[in-house]
Amino acid sequence: MVGVSRSVDDLLTPPLTLRQLMWLRFRRHKMALFGVAMLILLVIYSFGGAFFFSEAYANTTNTKMRLQPPMAGHPFGTDTVGRDILARTIYGGQISLIIGLTAALVETIIGVLVGALAGYYGGLLDSVLMRVTEAMLSVPQLFLLIVMAKFFGGQIPDLTVMGRTFSGSVIVIISIIGVTSWMYLARIVRAEFLSLKENEFVLAARAIGTPRWQIIFQHILPNSIAPIIVSATLGVAGAIGTEAYISFLGMGVRPPTATWGNMLDGAYNYIETAPWLWIFPGMLIVLTVLSINFVGDGLRDALDPRSRAT
Amino acid sequence: MTRYVIRRLLQAIPLLLFISMVLFVLMRNIGDPLATMGGRRVTRSSDRERLTRQLGLDKPLYVQYFYWLIGNDWTKMDLDGDGVAETPGRMRGVLRGDFGTSLVNRGKPVLEVIWERLPNTLLLMITSEVVVILCALVVGVYSALRQYSLTDQIVTTISFFGYSLPIFFIALLSIYIFAVNFKRWGLPYLPAVGMFDPQVGKTPSQVILHMVLPVFSLSFIYLAAYSRYIRSTMLEVLSQDYIRTAKSKGLPRRTIIFLHALKNAALPIVTVVGLDLPFLLAGAVVTERIFAWPGMGRLFLDHVSRADTPVVMGILMLISIAVIVFQLITDIMYAWLDPRIRYD
Amino acid sequence: MGTLLKVTDLEIRFHIPEGVVYAVNGISYIIAEGETLAIVGESGCGKSVSMMSILGLIPIPPGEIAGGSAVYQGRDLLQLSDVEMEHVRGTDISMVFQEPMTALNPVLTIGRQITESLTTHLGMNDRQAEERAAQLLEAVGIPDGVRRLGDYPHQFSGGMRQRVMIAIALSCNPSLLIADEPTTALDVTIQAQIVELVIQLREQLGMAIIWITHDLGVVAGLADRVIVMYAGYIVEEAEVDSLYNDPRHPYTLALLAALPRADRRRDRRLASIPGAPPNLLIKPQGCPFAPRCQFVLDRCWSDTPVLTPTGSDHGNGHRAACWVNVKTGAPR
Repeated sequence: MVGVSRSVDDLLTPPLTLRQLMWLRFRRHKMALFGVAMLILLVIYSFGGAFFFSEAYANTTNTKMRLQPPMAGHPFGTDTVGRDILARTIYGGQISLIIGLTAALVETIIGVLVGALAGYYGGLLDSVLMRVTEAMLSVPQLFLLIVMAKFFGGQIPDLTVMGRTFSGSVIVIISIIGVTSWMYLARIVRAEFLSLKENEFVLAARAIGTPRWQIIFQHILPNSIAPIIVSATLGVAGAIGTEAYISFLGMGVRPPTATWGNMLDGAYNYIETAPWLWIFPGMLIVLTVLSINFVGDGLRDALDPRSRAT
Repeated sequence: MTRYVIRRLLQAIPLLLFISMVLFVLMRNIGDPLATMGGRRVTRSSDRERLTRQLGLDKPLYVQYFYWLIGNDWTKMDLDGDGVAETPGRMRGVLRGDFGTSLVNRGKPVLEVIWERLPNTLLLMITSEVVVILCALVVGVYSALRQYSLTDQIVTTISFFGYSLPIFFIALLSIYIFAVNFKRWGLPYLPAVGMFDPQVGKTPSQVILHMVLPVFSLSFIYLAAYSRYIRSTMLEVLSQDYIRTAKSKGLPRRTIIFLHALKNAALPIVTVVGLDLPFLLAGAVVTERIFAWPGMGRLFLDHVSRADTPVVMGILMLISIAVIVFQLITDIMYAWLDPRIRYD
Repeated sequence: MGTLLKVTDLEIRFHIPEGVVYAVNGISYIIAEGETLAIVGESGCGKSVSMMSILGLIPIPPGEIAGGSAVYQGRDLLQLSDVEMEHVRGTDISMVFQEPMTALNPVLTIGRQITESLTTHLGMNDRQAEERAAQLLEAVGIPDGVRRLGDYPHQFSGGMRQRVMIAIALSCNPSLLIADEPTTALDVTIQAQIVELVIQLREQLGMAIIWITHDLGVVAGLADRVIVMYAGYIVEEAEVDSLYNDPRHPYTLALLAALPRADRRRDRRLASIPGAPPNLLIKPQGCPFAPRCQFVLDRCWSDTPVLTPTGSDHGNGHRAACWVNVKTGAPR
């Protein structure tokens, strides 16, 4: 062949690694980038804000200063017992974000375990696990949460972590949100495992006597990681929203520990007279959930382009 | 088909039994039913003992469950605590349609208590669902047909926001704008509390007026989610080969969209709507709370907080049954719409 | 025979996130009434896209008709409004697609999918349309047509579905049938049956056919004339015998060499064309086939060859776009 120097292939961009490709696809998703930026700001707000206000200040009641509208000294106003709302949104943000992350973690661990076991082993284990999943899905999550919040409420004493005291109900809320929201992920993971376990690389691993847990966690799981990451991300948004729902209904984290959700408890009595009670924490919840959903959507496009958003 | 339905219904029985057992255990610790029963008198321990026996709480948990399930009218209860069972039981059990009696509403049958509230909730839910489906179809199909147009981008962004908004925030915001501020600005404003103005009475126009804000709040999120879903489903269908075939046949655009495309897109849409319908109830809990709407959601909250276990148990079981029935209806609808599926 | 369709300088591009795809780069051809023209080329060479653009079936955007015309009965099809185009599709020009498994709507009956053309275009009422649909089914070799009208596509095999597609395409007696690789997805024995069916229907109905394929083997018994496309260009055009016996473009030569032939020794390996089809994101300078061509000259890298009559027998319309005489390897 003559003129080898000018093959059309030379003009192609060099092949990208999978990671570069994902980043490229994620970066194209403008709203996802916005979501990431917003989340960084929210984390700075919640954790950085702690340098300006002490937690004791956020929990200090002052009945002479009840329901004050936003003003100098209390830029977000004060609540029904005179606590500063700005300081409470900062400390509440920490708890809400922590609840979101840890509850999503619990959800993901349960969902992956149930899905992986059911999908890999099949048979009796599969039908038992899937019946339980089905049963859990037959009672809408909020109802289960309310009943469980009542059931476990008040049984765990306050805990002290790193010199700070939290209401034990934080742990209860994290657990029950995790325990009531893993079912969809379990079904996704099960379906992934059902199709992946028939692949040659799994058969090969089995043929050379790889232990089962290693096949499950080192061979199959990494191949179904994309939907798990997406689901876990959206799970954080879901958990923050869910915490807000039950706290709004007065069954969430107990005061004085603040969360964005429990700051809304009883706020509907003050829709007219003190809108600052619910607008600020409400906006923060919306912003966080929205940003995480954007990121989740971007991740879905980047990691798992075949599955489209529903 | 009949055989399939029967098989599915039979499969539902162990599922419901399992659900009821778990819930029954959870019910044991949601509060103090004796306080609800006895009012102020429960301070006396003799009263507590009497009430405990009356509610059957002195029996082991599995016996309580069996009484709840199959009733206790075939045996005698020991109500005075002398160790001799002398009073015949009066519960006929859930399997015979008796969910027991409410503790809050002194001896009123649970089903009656629920029945009183159910129509109000259904009114709210069905209206919302109709609004959601109609609007979501229009919005979703429109933005799918005009993909990437300005309208599509605006709709997609708004629906993303709506999808991320918690119901309570929309409800609070809508009250703040349409009830509080409209009143303040002297504009015609919407009522935010209850089903009707007690001074006017429960007239249809009053109820409709009071429904606007709750239905709006309840619909908004689902509208956002569904129009997103319908849009992506329609886009998927519109890219299929058979749509190209339909175009190549020179069919009018509306036939292609509303027959060839929508009939295919209807399949996943029906599934989502059918499976979601009972979950609208969860939204109704919050909505009814905020708008003081006398429905089942508020009934649930009120009775949970007062540990009225028979009513709470009844509501939860009815919802589970509704979920399972709707799953079945969805499957039947699917088979009816999709000739490729035959359950036999 | 009069000219049925005259395509001139057709250019099609697609705007995708990675850039612009130059799918079709100024192709011109004519098809006469009742003639069968085969268009041959690899996947992605622009053969399907150029045909679909004539019926307005390319989604715009991302597609763009960057230039050219397609004149049919005195009207430029590329300039028609959506509604005008609806009257051309199915009645004057109709199309059969590659994938019979997905080309039929799964939730509508076969009957419905045939009759809707008849009621839309020919103004038949439902009963007339159903009678005609049943006749059409029998005509394409599906026995018991009346009963099968109520069946759904999944109740038919791939070959049967392609017969249904042909019945739909021919329902309004079009003067041009575009068949876009209609046999590619089918078993070899079924392929032959479908080709046979089309030949038989052509005899009965006398329509012109454009048969798109990547398989030169199918073309021989079917087509009058052949166009060979590569990377959005027509590289050779000839009557079918002339093309087989005397190919004049290196690409055609390579395609023919890649055909399995009964008269060759069985242990001989089939020839393949080295390299891959070009990246259409870059509009190549010079001849698009140059990087894979065994005859390539310096000139090929800079000047795009034009489709010109070649060989001693200029009269029969054998044209090729190449700077080389493939018989001698010398420049022309």
